[in-house]
Amino acid sequence: MSGNLRIQAISGHSGAAPGAGTQRGERVAKLIDTTTCIGCKACEVACVEWNDLSFRETVFDNTYQTMPETAWNYWNLIQFREHIQPDGTLQWLMRKDQCMHCAEPGCLMACPADGAIVQYQNGIVDFQQDYCIGCQYCVAGCPFNIPKFNPATKKMFKCTLCTDRVSQGLEPACIKACPTGCLHFGSKEDMTALAESRANQLREQSGYENAGVYDPAGVGGTSVIYVLHDASNPEAYGGLPRNPRIPLSVKLWKGPLKWLGNLAMIGGLLGVTLHYLRFGPKHVPSKETDRP
Amino acid sequence: MILRYTLLERAIHWLAALTYMYVLATGLAFYSPHLYWVAGILGGGPTSRYWHPWVALVFVATLVWMLRAWLADMRITDADRAWGRDVKQYVRNEDEDLPPIDRFNLGQKYFFWVMLFAAAVLLATGIAMWFPASLPLALRPFMILLHVSAALITVGAFIIHVYMGTAVVRGGFTSIIRGEVSPAWARTHHRLWYERVTGK
Repeated sequence: MSGNLRIQAISGHSGAAPGAGTQRGERVAKLIDTTTCIGCKACEVACVEWNDLSFRETVFDNTYQTMPETAWNYWNLIQFREHIQPDGTLQWLMRKDQCMHCAEPGCLMACPADGAIVQYQNGIVDFQQDYCIGCQYCVAGCPFNIPKFNPATKKMFKCTLCTDRVSQGLEPACIKACPTGCLHFGSKEDMTALAESRANQLREQSGYENAGVYDPAGVGGTSVIYVLHDASNPEAYGGLPRNPRIPLSVKLWKGPLKWLGNLAMIGGLLGVTLHYLRFGPKHVPSKETDRP
Repeated sequence: MILRYTLLERAIHWLAALTYMYVLATGLAFYSPHLYWVAGILGGGPTSRYWHPWVALVFVATLVWMLRAWLADMRITDADRAWGRDVKQYVRNEDEDLPPIDRFNLGQKYFFWVMLFAAAVLLATGIAMWFPASLPLALRPFMILLHVSAALITVGAFIIHVYMGTAVVRGGFTSIIRGEVSPAWARTHHRLWYERVTGK
């Protein structure tokens, strides 16, 4: 489907990504229909199994959720929420939480290590642990709280969208395992059309007036999109941000502050050089000179 | 000769200088992709990232020592304010008519306080960046912005400090290595201090 992995963007890299934009790549997307998810967690198991992740203790918090949030060795987590609807009835919300694979990834922008985060032309954002320095700047850049630190190896980990499978024309492991068909994988275009038609169906035939597609524009759209029963309240689905964007402080730090800083540092060096050329050293009056 | 810096003062100064230059070099590597090669020279990205905060803690410790040792000398006095009003003359090397000052001039005192306050910001934000997952999502990127801003301020102060101490005020560099200055040097640059320590 996506063929070999062509690079679109590289973290901490001076200059353009080699080969970027030379060929038209098809963007892929994962569609998660929260309205047909039954919370079976087959995707969680498939993720751990395919990616050969180590066993992680579950944390019981009086819900069906496996643990409070994703972890360095647990990239895919069903967020369970008991939601009280306006009419007072209870609704179970289950959302498969993982990396959203943003078109404008905050992690990649924040990362200082050359090549530690790459974005492929098919939209997948992937961490390259060989180049990761463990600074955790990506944690600060991500609006979805996804990158996780392994304290033993001091490397960051997250969902790869099964880059290895996708590059061989296979769907991600979670998609393969889903028994209800709430997970779909294909081109971004096809998945968006499918999501829109499902949202339309929910609005017209199932009484979910606010049903809609979650594909946040603030991060340029994502390669993981949701169908929500109530797209006007994404926070109810385990803290899905309403309008995620690359944090303003990251943009300021990587933009104006960097220019200001470079100017100040170069200006400082030039300034002292010019001062020396113009005024030179201070002299202690010669008759009193008995320098050490 | 007059003793200007004790052996301990010199040792702590150079410990501060070395640790500062290490965190500066590694910090610059993380600041810009164009300077990432600096991390390579210093043992690679992961190594630089590992030692940056630990070495920074040593630097902060030296500042705490300096604060304790030099607090009395670093208070800004009326003599400093008078000197500060004529700072243009000092910049132009027209030092003859400058008001007399004590052990440190106003520029040195400002340098001390700028480094101290910037280091406090760098320490607080640095610890936050060390353990970002323990912070609320919205605060995390703000810490980096503050850290970089404070660091850039110290870079400006550092450039001026090194320039003044080595190129402009001849004898200053020797004094922080061997500890001693000539009476003429002391009388010219720090007359009140000279009178205080020599009793003349």
